[in-house]
Amino acid sequence: MTSKLPTSSVNLNGTLIQIEHLTKVYQLGEVDVHALRGISVNVSKGEFVAIMGASGSGKSTFMNILGCLDKPTKGSYVLEGIDVGKLSRDELAAIRNKKIGFVFQGFNLLSRTSALENVELPLLYGATSNKTRKQKATEALERVGLGDRIHHYPNQLSGGQQQRVAIARSLVNDPSIILADEPTGNLDSRTSVEVMGIFQELNNHGITVILVTHEPDIATFAKRHIIFRDGKIKTDKINSSPNIASEVIKEMPMIDDEEEEAA
Amino acid sequence: MKILNILLSAFRALQRNKMRSFLTMLGIIIGVGAVIAMLAIGQGAEYSVKEQIAALGTNVLMVFPGAQQQAGVRTAAGSATTLTEDDALAIGRECPAVQYLSPGSAAGGQVIAGNLNWSTSIQGVGTDYLEIRQWPIEYGDFFTDQDVKAAAKVCILGRTVADNLFPESSPVDQTVRIRSVPFKVVGVLTKKGQNAMGQDQDDVILAPYTTVIRRLSHWPNLRFILVSATSLNDISVAQTQISELLRMRHKIQPYDPDDFTIRNQTDLAATATATTDVLTILLASIASVSLLVGGIGIMNIMLVSVTERTREIGIRMSIGARSRDILTQFLIEALVLSLLGGIVGIIIGVAGSSIISSIAKWPTIVTAFSIILSFGFSIAIGIFFGFYPARKAAMLNPIDALRYE
Repeated sequence: MTSKLPTSSVNLNGTLIQIEHLTKVYQLGEVDVHALRGISVNVSKGEFVAIMGASGSGKSTFMNILGCLDKPTKGSYVLEGIDVGKLSRDELAAIRNKKIGFVFQGFNLLSRTSALENVELPLLYGATSNKTRKQKATEALERVGLGDRIHHYPNQLSGGQQQRVAIARSLVNDPSIILADEPTGNLDSRTSVEVMGIFQELNNHGITVILVTHEPDIATFAKRHIIFRDGKIKTDKINSSPNIASEVIKEMPMIDDEEEEAA
Repeated sequence: MKILNILLSAFRALQRNKMRSFLTMLGIIIGVGAVIAMLAIGQGAEYSVKEQIAALGTNVLMVFPGAQQQAGVRTAAGSATTLTEDDALAIGRECPAVQYLSPGSAAGGQVIAGNLNWSTSIQGVGTDYLEIRQWPIEYGDFFTDQDVKAAAKVCILGRTVADNLFPESSPVDQTVRIRSVPFKVVGVLTKKGQNAMGQDQDDVILAPYTTVIRRLSHWPNLRFILVSATSLNDISVAQTQISELLRMRHKIQPYDPDDFTIRNQTDLAATATATTDVLTILLASIASVSLLVGGIGIMNIMLVSVTERTREIGIRMSIGARSRDILTQFLIEALVLSLLGGIVGIIIGVAGSSIISSIAKWPTIVTAFSIILSFGFSIAIGIFFGFYPARKAAMLNPIDALRYE
């Protein structure tokens, strides 16, 4: 049951995402809701993008399309040379499995399933042998600093730890991008910075991270800010001096001993 | 996703709701158990009927007085007075396909020997009777043609009668009084056991038919004529010959019905088998209703499960599960439920059948066929009733599923 992944034929030149004139119209009853009204944006390999905007600005819709959970109404979305708009449901699933790692606000871990098994999940839908699956999942958990908690269940982990499990799950399949939708929305400020630190570290190792947030503090850790408004990109600018999470955290007061221990 | 992994995760998902899974399975367990037990009872009945008929001898024909149809004003078979001793002798003389022949009469009554008594049936038969029934004498002798001609007061005891009247001594050469008429016992039959209806075939006394007619029943005509054909293939020939002969002797016009009935064991076997088949089908179909209800239970629980786990489905889809992965997952869960239920049901059905056998003394037979049938049935039920919920899960929109609270 190996997922068939469409292959790209386009020269990439370091461009990961090419989006042109993207629109999305929802039909609510007889009313058309224009969630996206023509978005054009490129994202290169190794970027760390923060997408901001008020609620209703279209950023969640944009993330869903980026994550291949939804299809655009018009316009094109090319991910690593593959025109995603033309793919079938199953092909989209394969893209999500191989090229995209999701991190959600609410963690979205399977309850009553150990951290290790949660992280193994994406590999189950690929063609990975049982042995390498366990190994890769363990490595991913070690990478987010949870090597000693791989057999814990989500309800035995703090919010920050659960989000790390989710991050480990998102990166276990070596994706092209990690999409994080308000990853710090349910976390206290210190844990938020810790989680941002993990994203920064992953980004330093070449992983592209796209982050949706409405907290300006969180966005300061990203290298590029895209601000949405009314379904359009309002501003798109480079953040030349992003905050370094590992430095910020040193200046923060201790709140919770347990969280400190986990860090 | 590999089948083994799907199976593992299905087991885990069912384990999370142990009580619910068990109750869901219970429907299938009861259904399969009931189907197996009912089939076992039906097939047990069929088997013993067949065995009994085979024991009678398969090339045997029985001629009864009376009409074949019993509708309208006709009296019941056996009540007509059309079969005479001369008929029997004529059949023996003129039907070449007939090998052995025994006229038959019957009486019932109290039998006394010394200070013991026993109530049994007395069959008046000819000297070839044991040959036809393939029923050997255990000790002593059978009566002779001479005894038949003279209507001698001699008799042969069945095993049960012998055991009850002569618990300690040999009955041979003793005297028994049948309805106050003294008979000399000349032999004892070997044990034959119960017949298809559960009657004890050894609870019988055989005497010359002439004696029974003259001394006991005072009914001048024959109750039956037992005939064996020269071979199995000649049964229908013998039947035709007897029928033509009797019609001629009884002066029956071409379009008038017979005033006698000829039954062969094949007919009897077919009738009995058909009866037990109907019984089996009836029992099994009542039992399968509960299997069906069990299947609906599975569907119900799987629908609840899909709703409860909408978010899980969303998560799985977001990390790359295809529709068919989700479909397989839920289908396998339903299948595991119905299969486990089926296996436990088979065990309970088999155990239940043997309990029925030992308590109710009914013969039960669990065949490989009934096990395979119920097993296949539970698989089919799992797939049939699991498919709709599984498809519902697979068709979910990942975004909606992820947002589901």
